[in-house]
Amino acid sequence: MIKFGVIIFPGSNCDLDALYAIGKVAKQAVIPIWHKETQIPDVDCIVLPGGFSYGDYLRPGAVASRSPVIQTIKRYAVNGGKVIGICNGFQVLVEANLLPGVLLTKQSTRFISRIVTLEVVNNQTPFSNLFQKNQLIRIPIAHKDGNYFTDPASLRMIQQNNQVVFTYQDNPNGSIENIAGLCNREKNVLGLMPHPERACESITGTSDGLLVFQSIVAACKEAK
Amino acid sequence: MITIYVNVQPKANILDPQGKTIHHALQNLGFQSIQEIRIGKRIKIIMEAASVKEATTKAQEMCEKLLINPLIEEYTLEVAS
Repeated sequence: MIKFGVIIFPGSNCDLDALYAIGKVAKQAVIPIWHKETQIPDVDCIVLPGGFSYGDYLRPGAVASRSPVIQTIKRYAVNGGKVIGICNGFQVLVEANLLPGVLLTKQSTRFISRIVTLEVVNNQTPFSNLFQKNQLIRIPIAHKDGNYFTDPASLRMIQQNNQVVFTYQDNPNGSIENIAGLCNREKNVLGLMPHPERACESITGTSDGLLVFQSIVAACKEAK
Repeated sequence: MITIYVNVQPKANILDPQGKTIHHALQNLGFQSIQEIRIGKRIKIIMEAASVKEATTKAQEMCEKLLINPLIEEYTLEVAS
């Protein structure tokens, strides 16, 4: 069994969804980890869940990205550990400089919560290996600050290294190059605005998100 | 005690939907001459420091470590008299 750790910040609100999706639906081992921890247990993948960590004060993800556990996660990621940041978790990853760019308020300033269609533009990552290339999948988004932005030089690097993993079919937030999710150069850290943990059972309207977690499991098993 | 204000502004090329919304609201109130509204924030820091120079250096460090995201924001420091 593959072991996941879900980090909980004050204001996280998708932590239980992630624990449920991984533990009950994907049937893997999963443990919650409090943000004040400086040591993390031996896990195969870290999940930074969605929510409004620290009330989104200052900038979304800014305060969480300076918390004690993130310093440990930075070392974990540099050593090749897998990290997936969902929604607010994505904002934490860019603020922690584990991913390039930033997530701005969407153009219309409205909070938006609905299922969107994504294209899997890179299936050669630990987070997307069970999808077909260019497969269209349906996963919900629920955010206001998901408009991905970065400077031209860093965008070139992202594209040259095939770091974009998911793009929006019908861009809901003004995100540059329709980016919905991207990984680091080494492909072991992924951030995405859509919520795969909310799309693991057909009762939620789509179960396409389950393949994200199953991809991680497949990648971890292969690495063992 | 020394008081320093950090004046934060979104960079010129960064979308500021809040500013745009307020611009439109002010136009509706009859203020037709507005060219642009950009909304930033002002952070007040009161600290103990031996000199203004030391306080300014500290404040700058705070900006670099947490208060500012240089990709989207620029700032100036203002020492309160």
